[in-house]
Amino acid sequence: MSGNGIEVRGVTKRFPGVVANADVNITIRPATVHALIGENGAGKSTLMKILYGVQRPDEGTISIDGKPVSFSSPTDAIRAGIGMVFQHFMLADNLTVLENVVLGAERLYGIGDRAREEIERISDTYGFALEPDTLVEELGVGERQRVEILKVLYRGAQIIILDEPTAVLVPQEVDSLFANLRELRSSGHTLLFISHKLDEVLAIADDITVMRRGRTVGEADPATTTKRALAELMVGSELPSPQTEESTVTDTVLLSLVDVNLVDLRGRHLLRDINVSIHRGEILGIAGVEGNGQAELVESIMGMRKATGSITLAGQSLAEWGTRERREAGIGFIPEDRHRHGLLLDAPLWENRMLGHQTRAPSSRNGLIDQGATKADTERIVRDYDVRTPSVGTRARALSGGNQQKLIVGREMSGDPILLIASHPTRGVDVGAQAAIWDHIKRARREGLAVLLISADLDELIGLSDRIDVILRGELVGEFDPQDVTPQQLGTAMTGGRESA
Amino acid sequence: MNPAVLVRKLGLALLAPLIAVVAAMIVTSGVLVVAGASIGDFWSVIFSAPSGRNWTNIVNQSSMIFLAALAASIGFRMNLFNIGIEGQYTLASYTAALVAGLALFPGKLNVLAALLIAMGVGGVWAGIAGILKVTRGVSEVISTIMLNAIAGGIVGYLISNYGEQFGQGRRTTPIPEGSSFDGWALFGDNSGEVWSLVLLAVLAGVGVSFLINRTRFGFDLRATGLNEDAAVASGVNVKKMVVVSMLLSGGIAGLIWMPALFNGADYYGPPFQRLLGFTGIAVALLGRNRPIGIFFGAVLFAWLSEQANPLSLIADISPSVVQITQGVVVLTVVIAYEVVRRWSASAEQRSLRNAEAST
Repeated sequence: MSGNGIEVRGVTKRFPGVVANADVNITIRPATVHALIGENGAGKSTLMKILYGVQRPDEGTISIDGKPVSFSSPTDAIRAGIGMVFQHFMLADNLTVLENVVLGAERLYGIGDRAREEIERISDTYGFALEPDTLVEELGVGERQRVEILKVLYRGAQIIILDEPTAVLVPQEVDSLFANLRELRSSGHTLLFISHKLDEVLAIADDITVMRRGRTVGEADPATTTKRALAELMVGSELPSPQTEESTVTDTVLLSLVDVNLVDLRGRHLLRDINVSIHRGEILGIAGVEGNGQAELVESIMGMRKATGSITLAGQSLAEWGTRERREAGIGFIPEDRHRHGLLLDAPLWENRMLGHQTRAPSSRNGLIDQGATKADTERIVRDYDVRTPSVGTRARALSGGNQQKLIVGREMSGDPILLIASHPTRGVDVGAQAAIWDHIKRARREGLAVLLISADLDELIGLSDRIDVILRGELVGEFDPQDVTPQQLGTAMTGGRESA
Repeated sequence: MNPAVLVRKLGLALLAPLIAVVAAMIVTSGVLVVAGASIGDFWSVIFSAPSGRNWTNIVNQSSMIFLAALAASIGFRMNLFNIGIEGQYTLASYTAALVAGLALFPGKLNVLAALLIAMGVGGVWAGIAGILKVTRGVSEVISTIMLNAIAGGIVGYLISNYGEQFGQGRRTTPIPEGSSFDGWALFGDNSGEVWSLVLLAVLAGVGVSFLINRTRFGFDLRATGLNEDAAVASGVNVKKMVVVSMLLSGGIAGLIWMPALFNGADYYGPPFQRLLGFTGIAVALLGRNRPIGIFFGAVLFAWLSEQANPLSLIADISPSVVQITQGVVVLTVVIAYEVVRRWSASAEQRSLRNAEAST
């Protein structure tokens, strides 16, 4: 099978005030896995949207199988045999696999037996192991992803674009995804794999194209290149590492949770018998597949949810305290979803500086907002934490993810915290900001803060933590020493394979 | 902030209302054409120079509309839809007139007592919706609408059973002479008096503006409106905020009719001016919930209503046509604000790129 190659030549796309893609050139050979890598904001998403017909390029040409194509909508792209698997699944939980796949493509094989046969055929051919009549809500993350891939195959895609497909998977699931991808490749499909995880790219790709600042800056052969070389291409500098220095752990317990339980309205345990403590100068990492109680744990400590059991901070019980008192007592909080919990997107940066600190200097005095002092302190954060912004009056929405996150980190490190809760602190930020944020967390530890670190990035957890606990279905199921644990071992514990090391 | 930026910001702020007014004029003209009326006559009546008496009425009406919109804006700033201003000020106006009529206090002290009672009653009536929302999860939109109906029923019942007979209808006991104001004849003799308690609207506007923009409470309120989840994470007790802002919104609503009461209305009875609560909601939207914007919106609405009065006499057009103008202004302004917002957001993006490029 040949003819599924894509040629992108000189593609340029401008948005008001910014060039998202500039003279992008990629040659994707038929029946290969082609990796597209680059930092956040490098222009990968824009290129992807152009290939999938969501956006039209201002200049340049795209050809498939040597024939120039022009898409004005995803429908055109699908007709040309291009399919897209989004990072965030677009599945209806309360429908079956069959219903989800057929939805919107009823004309292809109907909605009955012919569709079921086709789904079974695809599933068997590529080893997806999906049953047409299973409800999607019963499926795990890896299986849901296979449903998404099945959806595009069902629509006849020969070229499949995968947007950061491994971001939501644990290592074992990644392996099985890669097995599926190899099957697809050997049956003649062309795969465009978008990622910034270099290990994975090296493991699966036949060709690699690197993007930086909207341009394609280089190509690499996975057989000969190294992670370091790729990273340098991506950022134009050296790859930072999250390694911590020597231990600063003390024996003073700062945060202690005893028999903490959280039950939802239907009586299910969101957290069960959590017993854990963090010392001054210690980073406790929590590993777990998302949705296993990490958010609930954090929100219980923050007082946003009412858990039973005892939580004490520096010897003081937090039971009677609301979120505000807890923050005033010195809890800094870097939330998992900064847009949802960390920012007022339509407010200026200096007002965002006040958020969570509105009762304290420099934000307010005697119940009145102290604009002058707040702005001055925001200037300090902008300077010290390298937040790229024209002014502190700029609205938070205008900043890139990395700069927003640096502002939040700067804010939460202000006001003398004694405990820092960092949920996915480097999610969705570029490599430069990531390194800076790691430095700030390390500094917090050196300065004697207790740090609760929750992350999906196992390298980050292993590199930064003094201790790692694994959370599974609301329970802490095993403790690991980051000195001698591998991501694979953590992955096993996270999925309930085997308890403790 | 340098002058160029200031001018641009000011321009952006004025652009949307301007677009809205122009669009409303076009639509209104279209309606006039369909109805077979003269466009020229209509606009020349609307834009004719107001007489002194017209000016007086515009100022007086503006003050009530302004208070109503201010009350609505407090809720809107935290995504709380207090649709019950109508009921809150009806009940508050009745109660305040009743108490002032009893003359429990001498002279102007009676006014102060009535004002406090009006705010209290309005606040409590709105507070019911707030408490229902935080304890039982009842949407404040539903509960305040229901409370409007209940307030109307209660006042109607009380006035017809306990009000004193006056002509064909019934009313509360008129307030004692010493408790009313004379007002000021700002627009010449025989042009009526501008109500003294128009100052109440000014005071309320300044007060609310200060509260929202300069105090910690105001920050919590705005934060809740901008992003409730983030406000909760920052330590805001949203339930408390809901109740307090409903109390505040209702308290301001209670004041709406007070300027009229103490400047000539003298009692609660059939001449009571209804529907100001709903006008207030529209004006709050028009003014983007900012006191300054609301001020201009209130004047615009009062102007249109006042100038429309002689329409049937002069041009044989129903004055109700201006309600179309008012409605379209509110609709288009929502769209225009969004367009301008996007435009200024992309301008901000541009300046950000420049800043990043230069570092």
